[in-house]
Amino acid sequence: MRYAGGIMVIWAALESAAQADETALQIGDAARGAEVFQVCAQCHQVGEGASHGTGPHLNGIFDRKVAQFDDFDYSQGILRARRDGMVWDLEHLDAYLTNPKTLVSGTNMEFAGLSDPKDRGDVLAYLRSFSANPQNIPEAAPTALKQEVELPPEVLAMVGDPEYGEYLSTECTTCHQLDGDYDGIPVITGWLAEDFVLAMHAYKQKIRPHPVMQMMAGRLADDEIAALAAYFGALE
Amino acid sequence: MKFNRRSFIGTGVAAAAALQAPVVLGAGKPRVVVIGGGAGGATAARYIAKGAAGAIDVTLVEPTRSYYTCFFSNLYIGGFRELSSIAHSYGKLASEYGINVVHDWAVGIDRDARTVSLAGGGVLPYDRLILSPGIDFVDGSVEGWDVSAQNKMPHAYKAGSQSELLKAQIEAMPEGGVFAMVAPPNPYRCPPGPYERVSMIAHVLKERNPTAKIIVADPKDKFSKMALFQEGWGLHYDGMVDWIGPEFGGNNVSVDPEAMTVTIDGEVTKVDACNVIPAQKAGRICELAGINDGNWAPVDGRTMQSRVDENIHVLGDACAQGDMPKSGFSANSQAKVAAMAVRAALTDSKMFPAKFSNTCWSLIGTNDGVKVGATYEATEEKIAKVDGFISATGESAELRQATFEESIGWYAGITSDMFG
Repeated sequence: MRYAGGIMVIWAALESAAQADETALQIGDAARGAEVFQVCAQCHQVGEGASHGTGPHLNGIFDRKVAQFDDFDYSQGILRARRDGMVWDLEHLDAYLTNPKTLVSGTNMEFAGLSDPKDRGDVLAYLRSFSANPQNIPEAAPTALKQEVELPPEVLAMVGDPEYGEYLSTECTTCHQLDGDYDGIPVITGWLAEDFVLAMHAYKQKIRPHPVMQMMAGRLADDEIAALAAYFGALE
Repeated sequence: MKFNRRSFIGTGVAAAAALQAPVVLGAGKPRVVVIGGGAGGATAARYIAKGAAGAIDVTLVEPTRSYYTCFFSNLYIGGFRELSSIAHSYGKLASEYGINVVHDWAVGIDRDARTVSLAGGGVLPYDRLILSPGIDFVDGSVEGWDVSAQNKMPHAYKAGSQSELLKAQIEAMPEGGVFAMVAPPNPYRCPPGPYERVSMIAHVLKERNPTAKIIVADPKDKFSKMALFQEGWGLHYDGMVDWIGPEFGGNNVSVDPEAMTVTIDGEVTKVDACNVIPAQKAGRICELAGINDGNWAPVDGRTMQSRVDENIHVLGDACAQGDMPKSGFSANSQAKVAAMAVRAALTDSKMFPAKFSNTCWSLIGTNDGVKVGATYEATEEKIAKVDGFISATGESAELRQATFEESIGWYAGITSDMFG
């Protein structure tokens, strides 16, 4: 539920943007966000004089295309997201902070995610203060895709049938290799079931970019996604 | 079921079977014979053997010991792949999956006795037969051409020596020479294939022989990914490719392989290399089995069973199924539905609703990849398209490169899905 919940909080903020110029601040509490950011600061710098560390610096990240620094060595996963045209708008930043791997398979960001929507809102409010024209950011974001379908807790809690998953998986293995080899198509074995389910729903809801996966996930029912998660999750 | 491929080798089959073999329906160990070891047949054989874990005898009949995939053979012609990189052997299907691989030609099918006879004299009995023979050519479809002319004017539409021959002929063209392609009428294997090939040949000529010309005589007024290819030809090979559709006589073509001429709408052109891709039909074994309606073998998409004989399943290019294009991806997708249906018919394994998908990647120039794809489901009367997408014109170079790199990943994925 952490995923949908976060989006809801932000959308609540965005919808009120029409009424109040001050809504930018409603993303969260930037001062508190500075404290939450301490966990991020182990790898990321932000602010005047920030430079790349383990992760790239985060100045001006809002509404920037993914992976824009020539002098930073990005993961294959992030580079793929860039090619797919992903932009660090509010929605994608929120999804990434919720669970980096759910949004970008193969990212190097070793971070479990911020499950509390308030933590994410606060960190984003803090980061936003280091992007140009921060007041404009929430006004730009509503053009992004809106969350069409919520992911109710029972969908996340669904236990998949691995036998059905094995049959359904045969559609995946035309491209994804079961032995975990990477030749340009991401590895999908051994994921935590919840990460897998969230990632597939992110394609289904067209939050993750990529036309093939949006199409494949688009016709999978909730129990089918759960079945695939159960089957692939059990493979080493 | 947790399946560890590494533990499932050769002699391990019997032990694995004792643990997890499904219950066989009827008397004796059921026998499945698969004819054709390409994207349909190899996949079906592997999935039946893997799922049945020794409960079904699987025999795969394929004449070639080294199989060259048609997909990516254009990239070989364009110099983007080595020929050896599209060659595959059947060793793992035998050693890891216990499949009886027979390198022979199937020359007859007795549907009443349920046997397949081989050119080498053998006879194979079956409970279920899977036919995945690919294509053969329709005699007389291009005036002046028959298979005896394939050395002078290769088709290169079955990969291997024909691909090598065509590539060599392109590379040997004199400076400023003319290459002609006679494109096939619908339906045929790999709808974007001829046009990817034109792109690859243009790429070779642009580097080696930039004043050379390419003529494409086409009986169709539109073709797969047409806008994408035409945009790419303008971008990469401006002025080199002359595509002649039916309104300018592209449907009125004859060739003379001895004189090396191509006649389009009465106008004779001397050519230096010529690729004739004739009209196509199901591999001849379907005709011999008596299951064709016209040039193709109709099937019920829910199980891929022949409409004529329920003990026979037909896959890939050879079948008439509805909306899916004839492609390696489609054949691979159909093979999994057939494998499930065969296992459910012969053992107690479960049957799930048939789902199909297809994506065709094509390379237009260096790092300029495009794709088209769709998902499908089976209705009573056909395999029907559900949803689809296609690359857009004017995409960024970065996205096109990503699409190309994705196609390389797909090739590795599907070939390991076929051959283990």
